[in-house]
Amino acid sequence: MEYFKNIIEGLSTTAKGMKITLNHLFGKKVTNQYPDEYHPILSGDIPPNSRNRIFVDMSGCDGCEQCNKACPVNCIEIETVKVAPTDENVPLMNDGKKRKFWVIKHEIDFAKCCFCSLCTEVCPTNAIQMTVEFEYSEYDREKLKYNFSDLTPEQAAEKKRIWEEYQEAKKREQEVKK
Amino acid sequence: MENNFLYNLFGNNVWFYLITIAIPLVFVLIYALIAILGELKIASWIQDRLGPMRTGWKGVLQPIAEVVKLIQKEDIIPANANKALFNLAPYIMFTGAFAAYAAIPFSSQFVPAHLNIGLFYIFAVGAFAIIGIVMGGWASNNKYSLLGAMRAVSQMVSYEIPIAFALLSIAALAGTLDLQDIIKQQEGGIWNWFIFGGNGSLIKILFIPFTISLFLVHFTSSLAETNRIPFDIPEGESEIVAGYHTEYSGMKFAMFFFAEYANMFTVSALVTICFFGGWQSPFGDFLNSPIMQSVWFVSKAMFFVFVQIWLRWTLPRLRVDQLMFVSWKVLTPVAFVCFIALSYWGLIK
Repeated sequence: MEYFKNIIEGLSTTAKGMKITLNHLFGKKVTNQYPDEYHPILSGDIPPNSRNRIFVDMSGCDGCEQCNKACPVNCIEIETVKVAPTDENVPLMNDGKKRKFWVIKHEIDFAKCCFCSLCTEVCPTNAIQMTVEFEYSEYDREKLKYNFSDLTPEQAAEKKRIWEEYQEAKKREQEVKK
Repeated sequence: MENNFLYNLFGNNVWFYLITIAIPLVFVLIYALIAILGELKIASWIQDRLGPMRTGWKGVLQPIAEVVKLIQKEDIIPANANKALFNLAPYIMFTGAFAAYAAIPFSSQFVPAHLNIGLFYIFAVGAFAIIGIVMGGWASNNKYSLLGAMRAVSQMVSYEIPIAFALLSIAALAGTLDLQDIIKQQEGGIWNWFIFGGNGSLIKILFIPFTISLFLVHFTSSLAETNRIPFDIPEGESEIVAGYHTEYSGMKFAMFFFAEYANMFTVSALVTICFFGGWQSPFGDFLNSPIMQSVWFVSKAMFFVFVQIWLRWTLPRLRVDQLMFVSWKVLTPVAFVCFIALSYWGLIK
């Protein structure tokens, strides 16, 4: 009797399973058609605190290099030039303080970046921030190096020149004093 | 010959033979592409996914992309493999699968080779697959391939017995092995199909349970013959990599792939012929012209291909001892009882 019961059970459970799969066959699908019909950023489904591509607001960056030191994979490269007192055209920083350094290079290599968010935590002015942008793959690895500095190479050279001239002027002044 | 529309069209010349050979081949290739797409789509729909959507309209060109991919792949032969057998195995598999199409009656007006032992021929040619699998598994010189081949042999040899009993019952019921004759005896609508005991007096109601269980026995064993889930232990991915075709790549793997799909249609066609009236219209003489007959036949067989895919995504794989239990202790005795009952019915009807 056990034998026949098993056969009946085998057949009925198979039928039951087939009914379930048939319901799913014609049921609603859960796939989101990214990127044709659905985009997580545009639809707002991506969490605002998600950790993706970093953005640096240069009006808030004073070149303190804390992000550089906090970075566990050394993906941030910063070059700074001191602001000379003789420089007339120095905009204030976004927190209203006087700028001490020109950041002529703030380069993040996203091929190295591990999105740990340590740099954003140490930043004293919240200039370095995580964004929700995640579609930035490239065919060339060099293109993943983003330079956030808003100074053009000419402007950077100009700032360097002003600082060196100020240094020389200072030196001469000291020699004259002696 | 006299019932072949190509023969009436061309007469007895070389064109007749060429086109007779070409039609099943073209049919198999087109059918395999459709079945691959069906497998992908049904698999994903059952899992609430959409499946391939980016090749062509809703992904309909995906099977063509798959075949192009398989053709482009490197053809690797393992250094210690037996090269002759290794290369021969996929061709034997495909030839065996394709040879069965010679006797499949697509319509009352078209069967590539009208054999009076068609049922026996298809059953015999189906056994070619075992040789191909053993050859591939042995020649690969790989323990997983060999394990898969041995599992395949034990499985397919065991499951041939219930199939043989099922086909024997049909032969006893119809009194012939000629597939066209078997189908012709099921004319007159859905009630006269062999799944409902064939045509005869109302006493056949007594025998309907036997025909239905015989159909279940035959269909279940057919699944084992084509190595599909729940009987896919010869290629059980989680246990022995890919079984007998572990070492195959590129076009040779595609041959195994095509052979599996061709076999799926063959066993579905056999189920259709033996139990569901072959090319007979389900409404008797209504819509029963030769062209509609081929439409009926292909759609019935495709329905059983669909059921095979459907089962694949429903059931888990059997264990080896469970597999043998099902074959020897369940299917064979049931088939034997049904054989005796249907032989009586064949006598008294």
